[in-house]
Amino acid sequence: MKFDAKTREKLAFFILGMIALIIILPIIGVIAYIIKNGAPGLSWEFLTQPPRNGMKEGGIFPAILGTIYLILGTMVFSLPLGILAAIYLVEYARENWLTRTIKLAIINLSGVPSIVYGLFGFAMFVIFLKFGTSILAGSLTLAIMSLPVIITATKEALEAVPKSFREISLSLGATKWQTIRYCVLPYSLPGILTGTVLALSRAAGETAPILFTVAAFYLPRLPRSMFDQVMALPYHLYVISTQIPNMPLSLSFATALVLIVLVFLMNLVSIILRAYFRKKKLW
Amino acid sequence: MNYPCKIKTINLNLFYGEFQALKNINIKIPPKNITAIIGPSGCGKSTLLRCFNRMNDLIESVRTEGKVIIDNQNINLPETDLISLRRKVGMVFQRPNVFDLSVYENLAFGVKIHRLYRSKTKILEEIEHALESVGLWKELKDKLKKNAKNLTLDQQQRLCIARVIILKPEIILLDEPCSSLDPIATLKIEELLFQLKEKYTIVIVTHNMQQAARISQFCGFMLLGELVEFDTTEKIFTYPSDTRTENYITGKFG
Repeated sequence: MKFDAKTREKLAFFILGMIALIIILPIIGVIAYIIKNGAPGLSWEFLTQPPRNGMKEGGIFPAILGTIYLILGTMVFSLPLGILAAIYLVEYARENWLTRTIKLAIINLSGVPSIVYGLFGFAMFVIFLKFGTSILAGSLTLAIMSLPVIITATKEALEAVPKSFREISLSLGATKWQTIRYCVLPYSLPGILTGTVLALSRAAGETAPILFTVAAFYLPRLPRSMFDQVMALPYHLYVISTQIPNMPLSLSFATALVLIVLVFLMNLVSIILRAYFRKKKLW
Repeated sequence: MNYPCKIKTINLNLFYGEFQALKNINIKIPPKNITAIIGPSGCGKSTLLRCFNRMNDLIESVRTEGKVIIDNQNINLPETDLISLRRKVGMVFQRPNVFDLSVYENLAFGVKIHRLYRSKTKILEEIEHALESVGLWKELKDKLKKNAKNLTLDQQQRLCIARVIILKPEIILLDEPCSSLDPIATLKIEELLFQLKEKYTIVIVTHNMQQAARISQFCGFMLLGELVEFDTTEKIFTYPSDTRTENYITGKFG
């Protein structure tokens, strides 16, 4: 079959559009399905009460709070470390074997399965450093898991800032740090935000790394310090879907829905921040 | 030729890795004049210019030998304070590279990083002064909050010059500042440079020979990393002593 250029153009447009649609459809499907099945289970009580009656009734408040704590903890440890490491690698490090080794290690670390991070966190933070199964140990494990992604995303965002920006600033007599602070970071911040929020969203939904380091099967009281255990949404979801017989399905879906909404809210905040920084350029 | 000099190089050699980009350059640039450096692309004229404010340091593989003397001080030493050097020796680039910020912030940038003035009124005063000296104050005095990217290219390039001037430099280096401007804008910038030479030592790299002839008092011709000839512009364009210079300015190559 032979087509002329115009027909081929239309065909290509159609096929590419279809492929884009095929990619979005499952996502929309999953979300719609969860909303449809989960929405009936949602209630004020569900969001604010602890589970009751072998978790078949009541709410998931401790798990929501636990996940929020874990996200905050992960953020505290991974954001400064990841962003500063990326700044070092892009702006300061000279090209030598050490730098190359570090870069290679980062790439490889982002491919390590999350259960391996979980085991590492268990051995390192829970046992060796004697943090016990605690928010601290879990946050650190999740932070280490997120680091490669945060570093890579930040690196890419920094490298995307044109070299001429740095040149002008330096030619005006700015120091390297002033150049980074005033000329490079403001322009790369949107990219850094996107990457880090992606990494944190993934951390929020991970089960394996928190399995041995923080997550509690069921905890009647809320945590009082960072050395306490917490319930967490992804693990709670796993527990109620597999370990509890005759669990009302609507509660499982409602839990999933809450987790998705939480991640969505996080992304929303990042979008708002991004728009704000774009306008303000962080001066 | 005997004359006072602001910038002087002694046996300056520069290598990009194995490649030698500058070969034994000895140049004497007089103060408060416009000195043009001409030559075909790739001859090393921009590289030479960037030796005067050590911008070549940004490229990791670059190695330099020899002296670059500004006001009797060799700046080609590791202990040179690059921050004060670059404040004293300002640079304007080929593309008008204003920051994607307001006119005010573009000019305040240098003031801020060098902590020159604290009071807002003083900063505004200096901004007015800098804009006035590049002939932009009248056009921009009500648009200081406007994003500099929205100005015309010629205004942007003037703003870049003002951004340098606000730091009170002694030397202004210009790396083909008009190559992205149209002829009328080019003419305006040339007029501006002509005024500025009363106060500053100006070194301009250009591949436009007419421009060099129009505005400069001294002129150097470079070829393949060598400074073939350096003399008054009048002499270079009327009786060049080297046949290579003559061939270039008469248009036999380049």
